[in-house]
Order: sequence, then structure tokens, then C-alpha cells
Amino acid sequence: MTATPTAAAPVLTVSGAVKTFGAVVALDGVDLEVHAGEVLALLGDNGAGKSTLIKCISGVHKLDKGEIRIDGVAVQMTSAIHARENGIETVYQDLALFDNLNPTANFFAGREVAGPSWLPRGLRWMDQRGMTTRTRELLDRLQVRLPDFDADVALMSGGQRQAVAVARAVAFSSKLVILDEPTAALGLRESARVLELVRRLRDDGVAVILISHSMDHVMAVADRAMVMRRGRKIGDAPATEAHQEQLVSWIVGARGGTAV
Amino acid sequence: MVAGGSSRIRLVLFALKGGPLFILGLMVIGLWITTEGHVFMTFGNVGNVLEQSSGVCIIALGQLLVILTRGIDLSIGSNISLCCVVCTVVYRDSQSAFLSIVVTLLAGVTVGAINGLLLVKGRLPHPFIATLATLSIAAGVALYLANGSTVVGAPTIINKLGGGRITQIPGAGKIGWFPYAAIVVLCFMVVCWIILRKLVWGRWIYAVGGSPEAALRTGVPVNGVLISVYVMSGLSGAIGGFLFVGSADAGSPFTGVGMELNAIAAVIIGGGSFLGGRGHVLNALTGALILGVMHNGLNLLGYDPNWQYIATGIVIVLAVELDVVRAYVENRFRSLQAKLA
Repeated sequence: MTATPTAAAPVLTVSGAVKTFGAVVALDGVDLEVHAGEVLALLGDNGAGKSTLIKCISGVHKLDKGEIRIDGVAVQMTSAIHARENGIETVYQDLALFDNLNPTANFFAGREVAGPSWLPRGLRWMDQRGMTTRTRELLDRLQVRLPDFDADVALMSGGQRQAVAVARAVAFSSKLVILDEPTAALGLRESARVLELVRRLRDDGVAVILISHSMDHVMAVADRAMVMRRGRKIGDAPATEAHQEQLVSWIVGARGGTAV
Repeated sequence: MVAGGSSRIRLVLFALKGGPLFILGLMVIGLWITTEGHVFMTFGNVGNVLEQSSGVCIIALGQLLVILTRGIDLSIGSNISLCCVVCTVVYRDSQSAFLSIVVTLLAGVTVGAINGLLLVKGRLPHPFIATLATLSIAAGVALYLANGSTVVGAPTIINKLGGGRITQIPGAGKIGWFPYAAIVVLCFMVVCWIILRKLVWGRWIYAVGGSPEAALRTGVPVNGVLISVYVMSGLSGAIGGFLFVGSADAGSPFTGVGMELNAIAAVIIGGGSFLGGRGHVLNALTGALILGVMHNGLNLLGYDPNWQYIATGIVIVLAVELDVVRAYVENRFRSLQAKLA
């Protein structure tokens, strides 16, 4: 890392992103940037290219053309694990939780705290107490309350599971968290809790990209909203009441517009 | 009221988890009372049950590791036969206990490694296929090596481990009643327990069983974990083979025929989930002991030995029904949690 990040530099910059699947152009020159402590909502109809874009950012797909910069440094995303090492965590709709494990085990899956270090990783003795303490601290900091901390995730409600997945995403000092439809499967009250959690992430200085179909939730929690249609960025605007109509018309394509 | 419901469900879940152990306890008490002269609970008989179940206990532990990753090891029975034959043939030809033990361990582990490699590197669609193939191959190799007949004579130490009784433990006079084989089972159980509960390896095994997809995404070395569980199952085949050879002072290429079903049944009866990710060493042992006690009990009560198969089937259905009820209760619990939130 040669460039020194400044306060103004975006955590993530995507420029001129192009991705095609055979004849289908999923991304057609998309630009995006998101800053620390900012919640950016990604809006658009089904097939607009939102999922492809975040999959490119999180290392699942490789861009055909274009550039991804993290803290101003160009990065070639080669795999999901690589993206994770670069501080980008993604919470997909399926949450990728281990139902048969408790929250602590879920948090540390694939990066267990264990020793001694001269042994092969699999044969190391786990520091269960240490991992439990760190999990507890983090959940406390994010004010995630679980009725039974040691229970398997299978025994938790949709909202609790979402909270565990989001907390896991930020557990290891990540810079950017991508949330794919975090409230889609949740009831009113649980949705509100998850949105609260997103606000706390922002207050912690984490950059958040939020995909959601619920305009209410976007208005409630996002700072800025970017609209995509047919693989292109149509525009972006502050997520405030005043711009809501504009955003909606961009999504449905009533007025072809340019960025504000 | 809702909170009360939650703790009640928690209690039911706890009871369901302990279900198989409870069934084992009931069987033991029932047999104790009903057998003539309470012969079931005599030192001699308890020793017999422990010794006769020991082989299945060992391979059930190996099978547990495999089933935890959503896999299945059908080759374990043939692997037992192969290891029995290898152990006695190498001993017959070399008269070296050390060589016999080392080669047998290698044979068992090799079969396991082949299973794992076929699955992972050969990209066979399901462990059923890979281990079905090695079931046949290992059985064939065992028959070939033994010329289709039993090879008599095993190393002394193997005889002691598989068929010996510990005379220091009081109870049955000078002959002793507590089998060395049970100690072997205990040691292997502790090893498996440490792997599953204390080492990163075990956490990965549960992770792969819980969600292979998520395991890949979080950087768990899924392929390595898969190979490792089949190797462990193969190792359990070798250790189980020692016990069978030891108790008979001979190795037969037919020892393990059908035994894979006992190992799988033991894990399932004991409360391990066939869907992967759920189960403990105690589940495997409980299941194996339920099978052993059932076998012994039917004998003592004078039933036709063939009843054993029918009874095994019934117990499997009962055990899996318990699991189905558990899943239902868990679901109820989850919706309760949502209401509480």
C-alpha cells in the first residue's frame, strides 16, 4: 500500500465497470464511490445490474473492464476471500451462516483463534474463551441482543440471524460492508432493528452499500442513493424526501435523466 | 407466558437430544429386570456386551466424522475385512507384530484416503459412489489375500487388546471381566472428542457439514476437510479390525460384511443427523451400545437371532422420528424468538 488515505478519499471507487455474460451486458460502464461512514443505497429494478456490481466488488465475479480502488489503491479482486482480506465483507441474502454452530463459531469460521502457531492450522487448539469474549464485546458494541448467546444459529429468529451475519461482517475491522436485501425476509419490528444496526455501522465509520427494494428503508437509513437500470448508472441523489420522487422515476424509467 | 413457552421448548429440545441415551438406559434397566436371574447385569455379561460392541463403537466414531460432513462411508465394512486379513496375513508371513500392525494401519488409512481423493479430486458426485466402489474393491482384495478363507493366528498384543480382560479391575475373580477393547474404544473416543470439540479441524468439520457453500466462502479448506474425515474413517477401520482379529485370534475376509450398515445405524440411532453438521461422539457410542445391548438382550431372552435385524430397523425409524420431532420443535422455537424480539 503506497498511497496514504486521506479523510476525503473514498473507501471504494469503481470506475468504468463492464461485465458481460455471453451476449448479455450486465454492467455497461458503471461508476460508484462510497466514503467511510456513509450508507449508499443501490436501487434499481430486477436485472438492473445491482447484484452483478456487488458481486464484482466482493470478488465473486471478475470485471471485464474497469477499475476497483480501495482507499485509492487499485486492487484486482480475484476471490471472495481476497476481497475479504481487503476489508470488503458481503452479507448475501442467504446470510451464509452455519445453522449448526453458535454465533461465536460463526464469527470465527475460517479464521479461528488457535495455537500454537507452529502446528498446521487444522491441528491447532482453539482459544474458545478468547473468541467468545471478542464476540460478546462486538455484539455489545453493536447493541445486538441475543436471548441465548450460546444457542445454535438455527434457533434464532430471522432478525437475530441477520444481526449475527451483519455483525460477523464487521467483526474484523472491515472498511466496507455490502448488505444485499437485509430486510427482505423480516417483519416490521425486526426490520427496524436491522436498520438501527446499519446506522450504528455508519456511526462506527464503516462504509455501507445497501441493496433494498424498500424505498422506506432506504429513506430511513441511507445517506445517498444510486439508481441503476440496464447495467448503467442512471443517477445518484441524496436519500431525502425531496429527492424521493426523482429516485422513483429513475428506477421505473419515466424520465431518462442525468446525474444531479 | 411467551417466555414460559420458550423455556418449556428449551426443555423439550434438551430431552430430545438426550433421547437415545434415555432409550439405552431403559433397555439396560429393562433387561436387568427381565432376564433370568438378572444375568444381563452380571460382570461377565456386561464385559461380553462391551467387547462385542467395541468394534462397531470404533467404526461408528469414524462414520460419525464422515456423516458430520454430509458424507457416508459404505466401504468401512470391507475395510474391516481387509484390515483383518492384512493383519493376520502379514503376521503369518513375517511373524512380526510391529510390521503387522503398521501395515494394517496403512491399509485402513489408504482405503480412506482413496475414498477422499475419489470424492474430491475425482469429482465423483456423491460419497455414496466413491465408497460403494471401494466397498467392492476392498472386499475383493481381502478375499484375494486370504484365498477366500480364514487366516488363523494374530500377534499377542492384538489378541490381548481384542479379546483380553483386565484382571486388575475387581469383579470377576482372576479371569477379569472388563475388556481391554473397551479401553481402546475410550481412547479413540477421547481422540475424536478432542478433534471435534477442541481443534480447529473439528470446527471445520462441523462447518462443512452445516453449510458447504458458506464454508467455501469463509475460507475453510473444504476439500482437505473432506479427505481428512475419510482418512479418519479408514483409520477407524484398521483399529476396529484389530479388535475383531484379536477377539477371534484370526482374520476372516467376511468379518466386516454388512458392518457398514451397523456403523451408519449406530450414528443415526445415537442422534447424529444424516443431513450433516449435527452429532457428538456420545451419539455414536450410544448408538453402537444400543445395537450391542439389543443383540445381547434378544439372545438372553431366547429370541430367534434373526429378530435382531427387525429390531434394528425399528430402532432406526424411532431414532430418526425423534430427529424429525426435534426439527419441528426447533422451528416452533424460532418463531417464538421472532415474536419475542
